[in-house]
Amino acid sequence: MDRAAIIGIGMTKIEANKHRETFADMAWEAVDKALNDAGMSIGDIDNVVTTSSDFWDGRTISCMAVGDASGAADKNISCVEGDGTYGAFYGYTRALSGSYKTTLVTGHSKGSQCISSLITNAAFDPIYERSLGMDMVTACAMQANAYMHRTGVKPEQMALVSVKNHANAFKNPIAQLPMHITVGDVMTSEMIADPLHKLDCSPVSDGCCAIIIAHESVATKFRQEPIWIRGLSFCTDSFFFGDRDLARSNALVQTAKAAYKMAGIKDPKNEIDIVELYDAFTYQELLWLEEMGLAEYGKAAKLLEAGEFNLDGSLPVNASGGLLAGHPVVAAGLYRISEIVMQLRGEAGEHQVKNAKTGLAHGVNGLCGQSHCVWILDKER
Amino acid sequence: MGKRVAIVGTGQTFHKSHRPDVNGQELINEAVQRALIDANLTMKDIDAIVIGNMDHFEGINYVDCWSVDGSGGVMKPVIKITTGGTTGASVAIGGYHMVGSGMFEKVLIIGWEKNSESDTTGAITTAFDPIWDRQVFAGAISGLAVEAQAYMARFGASERDGARVSVRDRKHALNNPHAQLRKEVSIEDVLASPMLADPIHLLDVCPRTDGACAVIMASEDSAGKIAPKPDWIWGTAARHSYAYVSDADYGRLTSMERCAKEIFKKAGIREPRKELDVIELYQPYSFAGLIWIEDMGIVGHGEAPRYVWDGNTDMGGELPINPSGGVISCNPIGATGLIRCAEAALQVMGKADARQVPDVNFAVSTGFGGCWWTDMILHGKMKPN
Amino acid sequence: MSENFKGIEPMIHNSKINVPYSWWAGDTASRFFISLRDQQKIIALRCGKCGKVFVPPRKVCPSCFTENTEWEDISSEGTLISYSVARRQFESIPKDKKVPVIWGLIKLDGADTAILHYLDGINPGEVAIGLRVKAVFAESRTGSIRDISHFVPVK
Repeated sequence: MDRAAIIGIGMTKIEANKHRETFADMAWEAVDKALNDAGMSIGDIDNVVTTSSDFWDGRTISCMAVGDASGAADKNISCVEGDGTYGAFYGYTRALSGSYKTTLVTGHSKGSQCISSLITNAAFDPIYERSLGMDMVTACAMQANAYMHRTGVKPEQMALVSVKNHANAFKNPIAQLPMHITVGDVMTSEMIADPLHKLDCSPVSDGCCAIIIAHESVATKFRQEPIWIRGLSFCTDSFFFGDRDLARSNALVQTAKAAYKMAGIKDPKNEIDIVELYDAFTYQELLWLEEMGLAEYGKAAKLLEAGEFNLDGSLPVNASGGLLAGHPVVAAGLYRISEIVMQLRGEAGEHQVKNAKTGLAHGVNGLCGQSHCVWILDKER
Repeated sequence: MGKRVAIVGTGQTFHKSHRPDVNGQELINEAVQRALIDANLTMKDIDAIVIGNMDHFEGINYVDCWSVDGSGGVMKPVIKITTGGTTGASVAIGGYHMVGSGMFEKVLIIGWEKNSESDTTGAITTAFDPIWDRQVFAGAISGLAVEAQAYMARFGASERDGARVSVRDRKHALNNPHAQLRKEVSIEDVLASPMLADPIHLLDVCPRTDGACAVIMASEDSAGKIAPKPDWIWGTAARHSYAYVSDADYGRLTSMERCAKEIFKKAGIREPRKELDVIELYQPYSFAGLIWIEDMGIVGHGEAPRYVWDGNTDMGGELPINPSGGVISCNPIGATGLIRCAEAALQVMGKADARQVPDVNFAVSTGFGGCWWTDMILHGKMKPN
Repeated sequence: MSENFKGIEPMIHNSKINVPYSWWAGDTASRFFISLRDQQKIIALRCGKCGKVFVPPRKVCPSCFTENTEWEDISSEGTLISYSVARRQFESIPKDKKVPVIWGLIKLDGADTAILHYLDGINPGEVAIGLRVKAVFAESRTGSIRDISHFVPVK
């Protein structure tokens, strides 16, 4: 199979409320940045995939708002509804199927413009569940309880994820919430839904991110050293919580395995240098690491306490501050991918992880991590 | 560098205005089961699922995640592509790239809609920009009326010309057991039907439908083993420009023109009128059947009414359009573009039963939606070079 | 770009989308709800191939991909698999429920899947995974999931 690489990235700052910008303004900013980063003009882009959500945008055909601003007026274009890692996956297939050589992928969301509780409540089954009134936060609290019960992990241990990620955010100029907090601060912050305190939860932010994927035949033509896509995969579990084991994530186990296989990775713990994963809530950083095989099940908390996932640890996780420090839904996965690209290029500035050669970016779709997408990126081909 | 891709099986529900007996994912399941039977495959053979609909018609968020019980997606890669009315075509194009990239060998593509569950016009109105357009936009029909008016003013066409297209498609639907509306109408019936927005009468436009369609694509590595006569995808194109209603060039479907030019050039088709054998056109209202075939390059600007009146686009004519009865006979929006694709596939594969056009070598299916957007797919009997 | 807009305050346009929905429950769910409404009985569907028992009932078995046709009665008692306690009055919470609101994932005896519903008659601090609970039906029932009012601990 042919290979592809990421040759350009562009991120807007992640903010609580970009009240001066429309969706199109954000898209323009991210795309312009990505083109400059790549040393490309819009004419070098063969096709475009936007990622957007009709629910989060309050618009049916939400892609309409950003198409032109993404330079797609007379280009082949499509739109994925899901996390940015999924949009990027589709963009990747379009760079390899023979029709196009370069794909521009964007993802955007403005959390400031919506009532997230109602939007995520709409993900529940309208017939059997929706009227009970759960939303993403109360659903993830249910998963956190299941995880804690199964593994014995304590809320104080989960809180450490928040402490780490908010502190990391100081070194990331685009993060929304750099904060120096303690475990005590997390535990005394407002209890939102047992066991999740306010500081256990990510905010719902505004942001747009763009990446440029190129087929290997043109990947070295432009400004940047290409960052190679070694493996990628996605997988969706059962929908009803009662059909699956909330304390585990079979879909993530399966998809991480598939991504590792495609990348030729036999020992992920040692072969992966850095991880950017979907930490919408503190417990998720632990659970996702474990189900990706980067820690034994139930043991990630111990490794976290020992500093293994810190910026200077053996496997830095969310050096960018992750979603806890700023969560533009939909764009989230593209920010994860972009962060890894920057790290592998050696361009991450203050939050650079030394000698990062192979990185993992991860995105989630649906309630309580029903669906996962894993990317393995590498400096070397 | 990329694999060649073919459609190896299709399935559709028997589309109806209301399907109270099933919820959305159960409706999807019907189409999926039929496609699997058509291709003689099981769910285990499917490597990935591409699914699409328009969220605001069913009010279910993360619907690709919600529908896995019906789509067969549990523990499989499932991805949602959604682009408004063009969704059905976009998901087909999505499947094509997913297979063509070499990442998946057999991909199941699903388009569906349960329009009976929502206020269609209310939902469509949310497509338009809340600051500039939404407060003046009165649903899809108002926009189409502007186009029809502009075309009539520019080229001297009349309401009767539009009506002749409706008559054709409603007659074709009699051959299609899946179509929702299977009763002929006459020119007089169309012109006497209630006026919705000048010059569009009720019988000029599509109904609201509950329906699902599923298409299975495979690469050249397995397509020939699965289907005796696969439908090869020769090219795909999409143009989704114009974010505001006032940007369009009314009376001309620019996106169609651009898609057609790109696809025909790539395939080496110089005279589409002669070289195409059948078109399944996403034609949400009658006048589109005149305007958009001009933009596709079948006939010159202003020539479509004559072409259609002469019977060229009827069954038995030089270039039949919408043997399935088209969108005017059946419109489950998220499925509609995929149904056009599936119908074109049936034509190429020789499985179109009573609506079969003889000796189909090339077929075109299109999608329409959004702000004057077009998606287009070229289907062929032969493997592309 | 922001240079051009110095000194200009951005305007905000407030609006709400109003798209009413009425979802067809379908024959399968309808039968389930009618049983709740008329007989205060919870019923389930069994897959003829793998034997899995689904509550809430599913028309097609997601694993075998064949239609489920064997209806059976199921106990209204079960075990708590997990739970969630809302402390903030989220917008998604129905107006008749005031925080703390407790949801539970309950595996009814005899079922292979768990059902989502409310827990009541218990303090949030006393809820524990593994608790035995029992369904309480609503006084006035309309044929919906809230015909079950909530689940209470079994004494």
